[in-house]
Amino acid sequence: MDPARFTRVDETTWRIEPHGPMRVPAIIYADENLIRDMDDKVYEQAVNVAMLPGIVQASYAMPDAHWGYGFPIGGVAAFDPEHGGVVSAGGVGFDISCGVRTMLAGIKVADILPVQKMLADSLFRQIPAGVGSTGAITLDTVEMDAMLFGGARWAVERGWGDACDLDRIEERGTMAGAMPERVSERARERQRREMGTLGSGNHYLEVQAIAEIFDTAVAEAYGLAEDDVVVTIHCGSRGLGHQIGTEFLKEMVIAASASGIALPDRELACAPIHSDVGQSYLGAMRAAVNCALANREILGHFARRIFAHFFPGQNLSLLFDVSHNTCKVEPHMVGGKRRHLFVHRKGATRAFGPGHESLPARLRPVGQPVLIGGSMGTASYILVGEISAEQKAFSSACHGAGRAMSRHAALKQWSGRKVQDELAAQGILIRSPSTRGIAEEAPGAYKDVGAVVAAAEHAGLARRVARLRPLICIKG
Amino acid sequence: MSEAATAISGKARWEHFPHAADVGLRGFGETMAEAFEQAALALTAVVTTADVRPAVLVDIDCEAPDVELLFVEWLNAVIYEMAVRKMLFSRFAVTIDGTCLHGTLWGEPVDVARHAPACEPKGATYTALKVAKDESSMWSAACIVDV
Repeated sequence: MDPARFTRVDETTWRIEPHGPMRVPAIIYADENLIRDMDDKVYEQAVNVAMLPGIVQASYAMPDAHWGYGFPIGGVAAFDPEHGGVVSAGGVGFDISCGVRTMLAGIKVADILPVQKMLADSLFRQIPAGVGSTGAITLDTVEMDAMLFGGARWAVERGWGDACDLDRIEERGTMAGAMPERVSERARERQRREMGTLGSGNHYLEVQAIAEIFDTAVAEAYGLAEDDVVVTIHCGSRGLGHQIGTEFLKEMVIAASASGIALPDRELACAPIHSDVGQSYLGAMRAAVNCALANREILGHFARRIFAHFFPGQNLSLLFDVSHNTCKVEPHMVGGKRRHLFVHRKGATRAFGPGHESLPARLRPVGQPVLIGGSMGTASYILVGEISAEQKAFSSACHGAGRAMSRHAALKQWSGRKVQDELAAQGILIRSPSTRGIAEEAPGAYKDVGAVVAAAEHAGLARRVARLRPLICIKG
Repeated sequence: MSEAATAISGKARWEHFPHAADVGLRGFGETMAEAFEQAALALTAVVTTADVRPAVLVDIDCEAPDVELLFVEWLNAVIYEMAVRKMLFSRFAVTIDGTCLHGTLWGEPVDVARHAPACEPKGATYTALKVAKDESSMWSAACIVDV
């Protein structure tokens, strides 16, 4: 994008003044290089979101923003139900509650190296990943409802997790307000045999080393030290979320026109929060959030079992589990007033600063861990939410590196086998059922995650705590 | 991966077009139905370029308020069958009556070793959605699929 299209507020704040049917400005947080590399569609989509009824303050895009459907990926927008606010399936994304969890392994890199290959093979054999994989868990109707109500708490109660984890999961592991009765039979059918599966595409399980500490005090509070090993899982609500997204995208196209909402583009499909379709979507979407929380808890449990085999006496303890595709009701101060807003984060991570009321006691003094996935060959980051993020973007930050090139272009440029060999030579073991999938996810296909997190830090959204380098990556 | 694939009517073909995070599909044909069939082949090619045997038959029906929404419905119905049956499809026969569609799919269960599936389509979107006939009477049907 041409930076000249924006009003530059400061080094990392780029503003589009309201014009035409825009109700609020659009604001992108990024440095100049990231802005130049961003697709023009991000500009267009951030502007379109600013036109939606009931939007509050601004339509935001994070430093890793790229072209999505309707909302940009990396988009944040809050809506007030008392001012005609809407909820949008395209503002959440198909992979509802897709997110990241990081667990501390309690061991050092030197402990891993002698068994790295065996551990990689064992994780790959035992964590169901990729197209056609089936989990070991099959849900009947009663269990499906229990899972959709209970989320990670359900998984723990069934023995696929640890009660200590719940405090370290957003919403304490259970999203309130789920309405399993609003989840269609087709969505349930897609999920029946998918609990505890990783999925494919950019989803992964990584064993990582803490390569660099930026903030010693926060790192200490999080239990992170250089050369420590952590396990990070990135995945979401699997087929159930995809099906709910698909069905409500269609319903909302029809609902928007019935409610007289003029959409600048029909992919912005939305429904008033105070409407049957809006409420149905929220109920189904919250059930899908529970599905994602349960799924990551189960995968964490599987990883725990495998680690216990290699490192008896050690336990993977959860640092945090945070979603980056959600719509959540949150209190925010706007113009000096506390308002309950429906905050959409699509490819954006909640980033509560120190003292936030929703954080567990152990994390409250320092702030929420913000987990940022990079590409499989480069780095991931752990950030901490900043108080200033509240004013900047309803306490939100980036979620990952963001793709720099399409899968199509990546496939033309790299061979999966070669990528795998080159990474192995650097001490990074990749395991995947598909070499083509590896090529499509090649590190060079992603933006520089370092630049993304530096921009987020400069913009006052979240601050860097630690950089992680991959040791093992299981790709779906 | 090549841009074009198998020919059916002579004009029938498909292509992938680039999208930053996801993938664009476009089918071409002498009829709208043929363009829809070709787009479904493009969908399979997102997952695998390996041979998929047309061993098992699945029938699907869908409808929508207009032909563009019908195209998204069609792809989503195929994605649903792929996900639930854990199958891949390599032959498609579509008939369209107004905004109602009947499709027959032929395929086989995913064989991870042989198909080496690269990624999983999550759903078809309304982004870059277009169903149109050009000046030479060639139909095309396109949209972005979330993967």
